[in-house]
Parts: sequence; C-alpha cells; structure tokens
Amino acid sequence: MKNKNEKELNYQANGNLIYINNLHKTYLLGEVEVHALRGVDFETTKGEFVAIMGASGSGKSTFMNILGCLDQQSKGDYYLEGINVNKLTRDQLAVIRNKKVGFVFQGFNLLSRTSAIENVELPLLYTSISSKERKDRAVEALNKVGLGDRIDHFPNQLSGGQQQRVAIARALVNNPSIVLADEPTGNLDSRTSVEVMEIFQKLNDEGITLIIVTHEPDIAGFAKRQVAFRDGKIRSDKLNMNVKDASEVIKTIPVIEEGE
Amino acid sequence: MSTTNIFIVAFRALQKNKMRSFLTMLGIIIGVGAVIAMLAIGQGAEYSVKEQINALGTNVLIILPGSSSQSGIRTGAGTMTNLTEADAQAIANECPDVAYVSPISMAGGQIIAGNLNWFTAVTGCGVDYLTIRKWDVAYGENFDEQDVKANSKVCLIGQTVADNLFPGQDPVGQTIRIRNVPFKIIGLLAKKGQNAMGQDQDDIILAPYTTVLVRLSRFPYLRQILVSAVSEKAIPAAKTEIGQLLRQRHKLQPFDADDFTIRDQTDLVNTATQTSQILTILLASIASVSLIVGGIGIMNIMLVSVTERTREIGIRMSVGARGRDILTQFLIEALVLSLIGGIIGIFFGAATSKVISGFAEWPTFITPFSIILSFGFSILIGIFFGFYPARKAAMLNPIDALRYE
Repeated sequence: MKNKNEKELNYQANGNLIYINNLHKTYLLGEVEVHALRGVDFETTKGEFVAIMGASGSGKSTFMNILGCLDQQSKGDYYLEGINVNKLTRDQLAVIRNKKVGFVFQGFNLLSRTSAIENVELPLLYTSISSKERKDRAVEALNKVGLGDRIDHFPNQLSGGQQQRVAIARALVNNPSIVLADEPTGNLDSRTSVEVMEIFQKLNDEGITLIIVTHEPDIAGFAKRQVAFRDGKIRSDKLNMNVKDASEVIKTIPVIEEGE
Repeated sequence: MSTTNIFIVAFRALQKNKMRSFLTMLGIIIGVGAVIAMLAIGQGAEYSVKEQINALGTNVLIILPGSSSQSGIRTGAGTMTNLTEADAQAIANECPDVAYVSPISMAGGQIIAGNLNWFTAVTGCGVDYLTIRKWDVAYGENFDEQDVKANSKVCLIGQTVADNLFPGQDPVGQTIRIRNVPFKIIGLLAKKGQNAMGQDQDDIILAPYTTVLVRLSRFPYLRQILVSAVSEKAIPAAKTEIGQLLRQRHKLQPFDADDFTIRDQTDLVNTATQTSQILTILLASIASVSLIVGGIGIMNIMLVSVTERTREIGIRMSVGARGRDILTQFLIEALVLSLIGGIIGIFFGAATSKVISGFAEWPTFITPFSIILSFGFSILIGIFFGFYPARKAAMLNPIDALRYE
C-alpha cells in the first residue's frame, strides 16, 4: 500500500472527496519527538457522516486539524477534492479553509463581543461577496440551525448549545464541501449534545459531508460510519448498522433548565 | 477580500473593544502630549532666561578716559579729562555699529527732601541711557532732548532713593534739593536689584548730563560715554570704529598710546552664550526622555493588546483569512488609533503647556518641530508595535494561534 506513485495517487484522489495516504505527524515537544500520527490511510466520498473516535492522545484531533488545513502533516499525502493540499502555499490554504472547509471547534471559538450574525458573516468578509448577499447568507445559515430569532445576540447572551449552533452556521455559510467538527459536544450537556447532533443529521440529509471527532460512543452512534483511532493509527473503520435518529432520542431526554 | 471589507473588519474590531482602543490611544495621547508640553515649557524657560540675560545689557560698551599721569605717577583709568560731548556726538553720528550713545557725568552729594536726607551719586546721562541699560520708568516719564539742551532741573529716582526720601509717598512731582539745587522728580525707575558686584542699582538719581555738568559738577568733561552696539555680534566692530574715531579726534600719532579705554562685557556675553547652550542641551534631553518614555508606553500597550488577540487571529485564519488580511486589519487599526491619539495628544499637550505656563508665569512655545517630532515618532512606534506582533501571529499555523494562551 505504501509508496504509491503520483499517477496512481491522483487517480484514487479524484474519485474521493478526501483521500489520505500514509499520513504522519510528528511534534517536537522540547527535545522529545511525539508521533501523533503514524501512517493513516483514509478516504471519504460525498454525503458521508463519519465519526472519528478514540481515547485522548490517539491522534484524532491532530488528524482533524490536518483535514481542516489548520495544521500540516509531516509526511504523507492529503487530497481534498483532488487537490494535493501539501503543495499549497499559506495563502492558498487560507482560500481552502475559506471556501471548502467549515470547522466547528469544541470551545466554539466565536469572536467575543460580536453578535451572532457578525460571527457568521466572518468567513464571507474574506471573500468578495457583496454586503447584501453576505447578510442574506448569514441569516439563512442562522435559520438553518434554528437561531433565526437571535441574530443580534452576543455570545455571552447565548447558551453553550446556542453558541455551538452559531459556530455551525459560521461553518456552513460559505457552502463548504465538508464540515469538520472537533468534539462539538464536548462542552455541552447531554440534551444539548443531542440537539446539536440533530442539526448535524439534518445537514447530512441535505447532502453535506460531515466528519466529527468524539470520544463518546453515544454521539458516534448518530453517524453513519465509525472510525476508531488508537496510537496514531486507524484501528477499525466500519459502517454503523444501527444509526440512531437524534430527533427521536431527544424525546426521551428530560428537559433541563436552560442556561448552563 | 475587498478594500471595504478590510475597513469593515478593522472598524468592527476597534468598536468591539472600546476600552482596549481607548487605552491604546491613551498611550499615544500621553506620549505626544508629554513631548509637546515639555518642549513648549522648555522653550518658554529658555526664552525667559535669555530675556533676563539680555536685560543685563550684553551689548553695552563703556568708554572711559585714559589715565592721567603727574610727574610720572599714573593715576588709573578714568582720571584723564579728555572725553567731551562732541566726542559722544561724533560716535553717535559716525559709527555704523553703534546703536545708542549716552554721555555720562557724575556728581555726588547730600540730597534733601523735606525733613529727610540721603547721600547718593547723581548720574547725568542722555535720553538714551535707559534704552541702553534696558531699564524702564515704572511711573512718570523720562526726560527728553529739550530737557538736555535746556539744562533742566528734572530727575528720575531709583526705588531705594524713593523709599528713603519719600517713604509711603508718591515721589513723582515732588522736589528734591541736590547740593541746594532744586530738582523736580518726573519719574520713578523700575526696580532693578543688585548688580553682579552686589551693588544696589536702585540707589540712583538720573538727571540730564548737561544739568549735572553745568549746575552740579561745574566741570566740562564727561566721566564716561555709554554706548550700545547694534547687536551682541557687532561689539568688536563697534569697538574698532570708536577707537579709530577717538584717536583721530584726539589727534593721536600712530605711535601714541590710546588716551581712552573701551570696555565691553566679555564675561557677561560668555555667560549668556554658555547659559543658552546649557538650556539647549537641557531641552534636548527633556525631549528625548519624554519621547523614550512615551514610546515605551505606546510599545507596551500595543504589544500587549495585539498579543492577547492571538486567538482572535487564529479564529480569523481558521475561517479563511490570509496572512495579509490579518496584517492589513491590524495596520489599519494601529493607524487609526495612532492618528486619532496623536491629534488628541497635540491638543492635550497644548492645553497642558498653557496651564503650566499660567502657574510658572513664563511663556510657552509650541513649535511645529515638536509637533512633527512627537507625532511622527509616536505614530511610527504605534504602527510598528501594532504590526509586529500581528505579523508574528499571522505567521503561525492557525491551530497554534488558536491554542495560544
């Protein structure tokens, strides 16, 4: 499987949304080399909903950061829609992050003191879209995540679940090829977590490709495919035969007081 | 990214953080204001010190008669009797580097006013004497050319004389008797204090020199001629001109020694020059210290405020901002803050120097130089330290910027 030639790689890359071959990532912590990824092979086609699982330190977050072009691999190939990401300049990577990838973080990473709509508009400010279209698209994205009535709220006026939904709207606003979410429910209680998963399932039904990282099997149960990481390698990669429906699960969870 | 968007991003960021924007601006306001105020006050101080030195009369020349000798015994400068009114007139008319001339004659005597008396010298002088000595009449008026021609019995008195002869009274208009000659007081001189030798300069009576010559000393020669050069620099030229003129008038042969002495105030001039040099150095050091302190203040607040925004830079990069988008945003922010802060700082500095000049009672000068210096320096520092940490953050991988603590 290793050391494929470029032609072969291109051929396989073209068929897939994401094509990853023998990916390595090595950090230098002081003088100690830490091998976060030790040869990962992975591919995704359009419309998939993948959950990446693993204990902390298994390399799943490092993998996500490389997928989202927030970080770069030490070795190996990463093709996104047939583009060899490794060969891009910093500016070209920024364009990829802007146009092709939507990233949702565990800690939301919203701009503070900035209204929901301005947070959602942020990716569009780095394009040449007109101000009217920018606003329309931000409102549309916020409607999609069910926050159409809170566009002028500031992050500190929103609950954790609502903040995460603003972050999801921000990830969606540029119509990306893929939405990546790193522990999107890590900071949320169980009911809010399921609400967020409900949104993800809805988006996936609309055809958006999703990859989420989680260490909770419950959350992974909402995805169509489950990939398990351990010690920087993929240990298992299987289809979820028993996908849970978040809108059904939510009915079984009692409502907890709003505002955590 | 369009230009409008760059501005939207920068202005939104400034607006979101009013406190931070204000503090950043405050650094620049204080920096610019301090330099402008310090320089304005310093220049005011330099000006008023120079004024005071000039008031001592640094361009004054004193012409004394030579020393007389009797049977080989020489008696010291000023003892000869060969300076005349005509000499004084000739100096005034023929020496181009001479501005004012006042013949001086002297007479001492007991002065009586009512039941009080006092002993002091009466100085006979020309109309321009007060101009040469840079002395003002506090109250009343100076005598004029007509009084000089007519040997009028009028006089001006100094503060000390007034205090001793007319305690608690208005001396102007009163009459005093000098050697039994009645003189009308027409003016009171402004207080001058001690001279460099510790003599009380206010213990003086001024009268037209003709009056003193004719009515008091009854002696036709002048004791001195007091001359002022057109400027401090013209002193050597004036000395040469006067020397040549007097030798010619006194019909001296080339091998004869001068029968007069011309004294200038070299010490005073040197002191004046040194003082103004010291003040210039002092001013330069005040300005540079203010600049450095202001600059460090701006640097600190810029470094801190931009560094704490590393995570914000990470967020922006993660949604697709390119390095140059980040840099432009921070450049515009730094530019806007520096410009507004700089302009407020100029007004702040101007106001501060006005207030301080009110307390210190000397004038302040706000020069274009100090504005350009402080404004330019502060803006450069503000922009550099607003830009440099932003550049550092924009060079990071987005994930490292996001994780920055």
